[in-house]
Amino acid sequence: MNTLTALLLPAVLLVTAVAGVWKRVDVYQTLADGAGEGLHILLRILPPLIGLMTAISMLRASGFLDWAAQALGPLLSAVGIPPETVGLLLVRPMSGSGALGLGAELMETYGPDSLIGRTAAVMLGSTETTFYTVSVYFGAVGVRRTRYAVPTALCADLAGFLAAAWAVRLFFPDS
Amino acid sequence: MAMTWLWTGMVALSLIFGWCNGTLEAVSAAAGTGAQSAVELCISMAGPLCLWNGVMAVLRACGGLEGMSRLLRPVLGRLYPAFREDGEVMGAISANVSANLLGLGNAATPSGIRAARGMAEGSPGVASDSLCMLVVCNTASIQLIPTTVAAVRSGAGCETPFDILPAVWLASACSVTVGVLAVRLFARLWRGR
Repeated sequence: MNTLTALLLPAVLLVTAVAGVWKRVDVYQTLADGAGEGLHILLRILPPLIGLMTAISMLRASGFLDWAAQALGPLLSAVGIPPETVGLLLVRPMSGSGALGLGAELMETYGPDSLIGRTAAVMLGSTETTFYTVSVYFGAVGVRRTRYAVPTALCADLAGFLAAAWAVRLFFPDS
Repeated sequence: MAMTWLWTGMVALSLIFGWCNGTLEAVSAAAGTGAQSAVELCISMAGPLCLWNGVMAVLRACGGLEGMSRLLRPVLGRLYPAFREDGEVMGAISANVSANLLGLGNAATPSGIRAARGMAEGSPGVASDSLCMLVVCNTASIQLIPTTVAAVRSGAGCETPFDILPAVWLASACSVTVGVLAVRLFARLWRGR
């Protein structure tokens, strides 16, 4: 499994390059253009992150995040979720940048290869900014009565969080 | 507007907690360094994020989106029985799901909204079962290669940022499955309302 995932990056690079040559795509120029678009994504991420990382650092320093982890700890531990990720669970459905900031902070604090760091990463990778998505879609088609969309979407989020914690324990038993 | 409340709430909470805990000095120090860590985070993930965006651009230029849409169409017909015969809506749905799988958020939203518009024509103002399914599937992340998270991991000094992939796939699959089942269940319970 480890060599497989280690080879993924170079293999994906090679496969895309070969596929591009096969389809007569200007691989190098397209790659560079796409990388340029990546800069635009970063520029869009940064401004909200400035505010959110400030608020998150303040919450961390005030002791609120530790308090919340302690208060909800027994419940979260009982279902297999590391209590330290409590802030991530609360912010993830509301703010993508906020969740990214919190996740990055957890990875910095506990290390990206720790149980907590990995769980945070898998949670980020397997859930979405639910409330944002719901409002974009229903707003775009003018739907007021959303019926059961929000509760079911939150069910899916909860399942994602639980499964993320279990999957990390399953694939990385010694972290 | 929601973010205004969230942000104000976070700041207020940290001041209240700082005052009760006697950590006000740490809170004010953190207020000064938080913005810097946002910039540092963006810089540390810039390289891998741009690289992956470039790779995805090449995949897209190769017709990866169209190929995946063709593969997915038969499967998606089962999720949206009401629109199985509607070529336009099904085309938009499969483009939306393919873009989500490849992590092309900029391509996913327009096609998803096109599908949502087609679905809403029959029931203006009220979310039909199919529309709920579409929205719930879009709130569950199904990205095959979560490039942003991997970029954050490399930024934090991780040497194998993609070793979480199998765990991400398993967790995503669980989340989507629960979402789809929940929509099916609620569609039955909610009938007539």
